[in-house]
Amino acid sequence: MWIEVGIAVIKTLTVLLLVLSLAGILGWVERKGSALIQDRIGANRASIFGFAGAGLVNTMAADPLKFLTKEDIIPKGADRLLHTLAPCVNMFPVIVAFAVIPFGDVLVIGERVINLQVAPLNIGILYVLAMMSLGVYGVVLGGWASNNRWSLLGGIRGSAQMISYELGMGLAVVAVVMTFGSLDLQAMARAQGHLIGGWIPGWGVLYQPLAFLIFLCAGIAESKRVPFDLPEGESELISGYFTEYSGLKYLMFFMTDFIEIGVVAGLVTTFFFGGWQVPYLMSDGFHFPWGAQLLLPQIVVALLQIGSFLIKVLFFCWVQVLIRWSLPRLRYDQLMRFGWKALLPISLANALLTAIVVLAFQG
Amino acid sequence: MHPALFGTMAALLVASALSVILQRSPIRSALSLVVTLFLLAVVFLFLDAQLLAALQVIVYAGAVMVLFLFVIMLLNLQEDRPAMAKVAVRGAAAFIASLFVLAAVRFIVGGAPSTGTTAMSTAVSADFGSTEAVATLLFTRFLLAFEVTGVLLLVAIVGAVVLAKRRLV
Amino acid sequence: MAEQYIPILVMFVLTGGLVGTMVGLARVLGPQRPNPHKGDPFECGNPPSGGAWGRFSVKFYMTAISFIVFDVEVVFFYPWAVKFRDLGWPGLAAMMLFAFLLAVGLLYEWRKGALEWD
Repeated sequence: MWIEVGIAVIKTLTVLLLVLSLAGILGWVERKGSALIQDRIGANRASIFGFAGAGLVNTMAADPLKFLTKEDIIPKGADRLLHTLAPCVNMFPVIVAFAVIPFGDVLVIGERVINLQVAPLNIGILYVLAMMSLGVYGVVLGGWASNNRWSLLGGIRGSAQMISYELGMGLAVVAVVMTFGSLDLQAMARAQGHLIGGWIPGWGVLYQPLAFLIFLCAGIAESKRVPFDLPEGESELISGYFTEYSGLKYLMFFMTDFIEIGVVAGLVTTFFFGGWQVPYLMSDGFHFPWGAQLLLPQIVVALLQIGSFLIKVLFFCWVQVLIRWSLPRLRYDQLMRFGWKALLPISLANALLTAIVVLAFQG
Repeated sequence: MHPALFGTMAALLVASALSVILQRSPIRSALSLVVTLFLLAVVFLFLDAQLLAALQVIVYAGAVMVLFLFVIMLLNLQEDRPAMAKVAVRGAAAFIASLFVLAAVRFIVGGAPSTGTTAMSTAVSADFGSTEAVATLLFTRFLLAFEVTGVLLLVAIVGAVVLAKRRLV
Repeated sequence: MAEQYIPILVMFVLTGGLVGTMVGLARVLGPQRPNPHKGDPFECGNPPSGGAWGRFSVKFYMTAISFIVFDVEVVFFYPWAVKFRDLGWPGLAAMMLFAFLLAVGLLYEWRKGALEWD
């Protein structure tokens, strides 16, 4: 039994390392990418021995060091415990949501078959939804614990936005669950390994294109990024619910934003783009549809699958960064109207329509 | 191994439940209630009710408590020191509470009372508490209850709209 | 307790440790130079205008209540979604009745303007 715990610890540490480096890299992608999109150079002053690395040193070394050494100011009149707790409550669920996202199929070491997913829950997707529901509290607490009217307003608006889009997200995922017949994300990833007509990989987006679009919109709204970032309202509410935070706590709020980009990208990859699947790659090697085969040892297959997962996740993170710097912000009433009057009915109709189509073809 | 884990969870659960009533700040009270509900979901896991544990967190700790927090924050409820109740009320409350404590002690020490039928020896099926099992039951044996729940939810929506849109005279 | 959840426990503990360390570092590493104005609420340079909250909007309450009701609905969708192939057309009919009841509720809210201006 302790071996299982040990393996779980190793997998967890791997995932934590992946998550934190993803947050760091995304910070750099955001700054440099936004600079390129806006036709400017971006941050490039900080350098180690003359190596500035196109802003890498600035974002990944200078900025964290600066945040670490800032004074931690707790506004007077604020609840000190809640002020310290808010960034923790914000960050915890988004990291923990990675526990059910599969980053590979299996890794066979000797006789031990290790499932490349931290926790193989058979209620997988409900666990993710539960963690996203808990993420609301970080926002609300951050706003309240600042003893600042504008932070509180930002916090409440942010949480109202998050809960409104959780419904659309949940119903879009219902359609995905119906397609794959299971709540377990590893089973969903495995189910996308078959080929349609012998040629096309059977990825989820081909079965549920509407659900993909709904989920992407709802996911971006959940992480309160542009075009849905009014609670953070960078030009209006300064920083919204995390105005009164400084130093490492502010960095934690920011990192949560980036990690949540990773979570949304990971979920989109797993539901709609085959997760760790590489087209034509089976567990013992490539089996091309024109008959050719390329047999590979299991470790190479596992590494290819992990690499494929990472590439897809990075692609969707980059898509979200692109969207941020291309679109204007939605006004709050437009935002809520979109969530309740558009996403919710459409995803409900999508779910019921999927059911009708599948039953008609089956019966 | 399992009794130790369960004992820890149960102790945390009782501690957070006590924190709900003993905290002075209403926000901290509400947050303690969130923690209590979350730990209750973990206790459901001990009973193999996985779907119910997830639903407990999603609906109860994730939706209902958000409503509580909204109301507390928007009404800006302050820390409250209620006035002490009259002696007779306090005496009656203490008496009832001691009855509960005695009953709890008796059950812990003496085991649950037998109901006349034999102890529950029917083993539960292997997928007890899983989503598939609940789905099958929900749409066959409990179909009427399910539809009535839909009506109940509709009544809740209508009631909420009426309350919120009421013109205050 | 299902053994599947032990890795979840491991992840919770490790993530909790990470998050706690970060907040602890925030306390330890930064300087502590208290100054009365540092604690004032930030209002873009204006002096703090007092803590009176004033009137609040009932629309946040409406949003939260609607969210609870529709969240319960979504949560009922999940068991059906897993088993809907076995439940066939009768299951679909039952679910469509349920969804119809809640669609009526959503339509009622829409027409009454409870979804407006939030």
